[in-house]
Amino acid sequence: MKKLLLSGNEAIARGAYEAGITFAAAYPGTPSTEILENVVHYRDDIYCHWGANEKTAFEEAFGACFTGARSLVAMKHVGLNVAADPFFSSSYIGVDGGFVIVSADDPGMHSSQNEQDNRNYGIAAKMIVLEPSDSQEAKDLVKEGIKISEQFDTPVLIRLTTRISHSRSIVNIGERETPPEIEYKKDDMKRMLLPARARRKHVIVEERQKKLEEFCNQFKYNRIVTGEGRVGVVASGMAYYNGREAFQTAGMKPWFLKITTPYPFPTRLFLEFARQVDEIYVLEENDPVIERFARLAAPGKKIVGKEVFPLTGEMTADVILESLGKKSPLPAGDTGKIPLRPPSLCAGCPHTATFYNLKKMKVTVTGDIGCYTLGGLPPLSAMDTCIDMGASVSALLGMEKALEKAGKKNRQVAVIGDSTFFHSGITGLLDIIYNNGKSTVIVLDNSITAMTGHQENPGSGTTLMGEEAPVVDIVKLGREGLGMRHCYQVDGYDVRAVHDVLKREIDRPEPSLIVVKRPCVLLYRKARWSPMTVDEEKCTGCKLCLRIGCPAISRRGEKARIESTLCTGCNVCAQLCPADAIHFVDPEGLHIGDMSLEKFKKGGQQ
Amino acid sequence: MKSIVIGGVGGQGVLTASDLLSDVLMAAGYDVKKSEVHGMSQRGGDVISTIKYGEEVFSPLPNLNGTDYILSFELLEGLRNLKYLAEDGVIMVNDYVWEPLPVAAGLDEYPGDVKERLQQNAARLVIIPASQIASGLGNIRATNIVLIGVLARNMDIDRSLWLEMIKKKIPPRFIDLNLKAFEKGWGFSA
Repeated sequence: MKKLLLSGNEAIARGAYEAGITFAAAYPGTPSTEILENVVHYRDDIYCHWGANEKTAFEEAFGACFTGARSLVAMKHVGLNVAADPFFSSSYIGVDGGFVIVSADDPGMHSSQNEQDNRNYGIAAKMIVLEPSDSQEAKDLVKEGIKISEQFDTPVLIRLTTRISHSRSIVNIGERETPPEIEYKKDDMKRMLLPARARRKHVIVEERQKKLEEFCNQFKYNRIVTGEGRVGVVASGMAYYNGREAFQTAGMKPWFLKITTPYPFPTRLFLEFARQVDEIYVLEENDPVIERFARLAAPGKKIVGKEVFPLTGEMTADVILESLGKKSPLPAGDTGKIPLRPPSLCAGCPHTATFYNLKKMKVTVTGDIGCYTLGGLPPLSAMDTCIDMGASVSALLGMEKALEKAGKKNRQVAVIGDSTFFHSGITGLLDIIYNNGKSTVIVLDNSITAMTGHQENPGSGTTLMGEEAPVVDIVKLGREGLGMRHCYQVDGYDVRAVHDVLKREIDRPEPSLIVVKRPCVLLYRKARWSPMTVDEEKCTGCKLCLRIGCPAISRRGEKARIESTLCTGCNVCAQLCPADAIHFVDPEGLHIGDMSLEKFKKGGQQ
Repeated sequence: MKSIVIGGVGGQGVLTASDLLSDVLMAAGYDVKKSEVHGMSQRGGDVISTIKYGEEVFSPLPNLNGTDYILSFELLEGLRNLKYLAEDGVIMVNDYVWEPLPVAAGLDEYPGDVKERLQQNAARLVIIPASQIASGLGNIRATNIVLIGVLARNMDIDRSLWLEMIKKKIPPRFIDLNLKAFEKGWGFSA
């Protein structure tokens, strides 16, 4: 059998292929993004695309399953909040072709705004939850998930976590199954959730969950690992393997019950396990989901859970040992203070000049989610809020109306990226227009979803599968679609032009839309632009150029220095320099700023 | 079970190195698990990848005071990851400074005594001018393979497996460069 070292996300994609899935959709979001980026390698067998957001992607995949297609939708944990409405309905409606929903949670918040535990969504929507512990299981559970989905007429939620998604382990590769041929049939009793029908449906759902619990008691991925003595550990996900390691390190060999279906909880299997042991430790990341079920099932039993193990962060072997008092939290020795290395906007990032101007203008900036959120960190620090996808635009309108009502000074803008704007900023803009708002919305348009590693979006001109697609023109959308009088496009590298349009539009008592356009600088990684250099004779050491937070600019004594291997020659620092001390190394060379914007319409590719 | 931590700055080739390493370990017949950090680290932040191998590996995550080999692509990052080193572990550090942005912007300071602090806290420390060696070979991007060569010399895996995997995994036009880089690392003595 062929074996490969796969990440959890690659394994999910492989599982989709082997399970005979023919439709997959997603909206990118760390740590889930690579699922669809790998599904696309199977494009001959699986149609796949990016949705504008998680809700549309969910509904597209759900719609696909009505036709008999086996389908999959993937998103990060907070994406399921966006898709929560169809998620709940889908549980009542059920499926035709099998349908799996993959949610990648982020314990430890490596790249997220919260640490929500999406197993709770399964409980709330009465939907079975599968939780893999490594890449092999990630692959297997897509296939099992499709079987369960079709057998029990239910969508299936697979909960990944960052460490499952982004860890590699060995996977046995299998063949693709041929899904059964199913014809689409109208079945409005099933698919139209009118109140009278939904009432009947709810009864069916509750009965289904009982059957599913019985199934989970026998499901081979819930399993007991024999140990020595009378101590037991119940664990799921990455906490299972971290727990195996921790107890091994501590020289103990407890019994393990590996839970792969936290919901429905396999109560009978748990009670069988509980009889073998006197004391039970529950290891799970974030919320006490399994722990609550375990306590409910065995009220008199000694169960150790979240009173000892943390609710926050990752449940690593070190954390487990520390919680049990078996390892010191502090390493030996003293390495002293170590400066942090925070991420920053890239050298040549086309968002830099906008944030520099906003900071200088001292306006309130409602921010959003993407690379540009880094504009809120020092030295730019030009952002006041970061809530969720699209919130910059709607929170801005709320602030405007409340300040107006209170008769207070009213000067704020929203900053949002192109992908986030298409995701859910667009609806906030509708509210501004409809409610006679006066707010200014700035779209930082680099024509790609950059933070998650360059996924196509409705402004890119290409699809996930590499087909040409229409480019949605945001200025036109505002002007012709929404009837806005003030919609402007400006070059992100032109510091003065950005300043002038911002100043004019922020003070204008009418709504305006400013599209700051430039393709993401990382799209041209291979290009050889002429970098900038500092004329040390002219440099007065005013440090103004350091205020834009460009990674290529540093201080050498009193003078500024530009690292030529990092500099892309975007010329933003040179426009700011009051001493005219910054110039191109090669004035006749290739300059990124000279590239016309038109050339990059197709996804910003050269 | 043994473990390796590879650390550096986004863009230095940490993940390429750890991919190569885990492929070699798998080819050598071990169970292998590997973890890596994605996301924000791609924007100039620090990057860390952990590989564990042996007969049966449970967790892919690094352990404090529990790592056999640490490979650091940058001095400060060596210091940052030192907490993972086991008492009898080896730490190999590239003699190279990459200032964090707050340092470059004058908001923080790069400690002047990184090497001293490393020496005081690690029983088995190797400092290698890997970037200088790679530049000497004509391309600083081969730094990661110089360092892999140093690590390989410290591990108990057949040398031919490494060479085979470089030929298999590296794009053809860079194979010669990387084979030379590997040899320089393999033959390095402080």
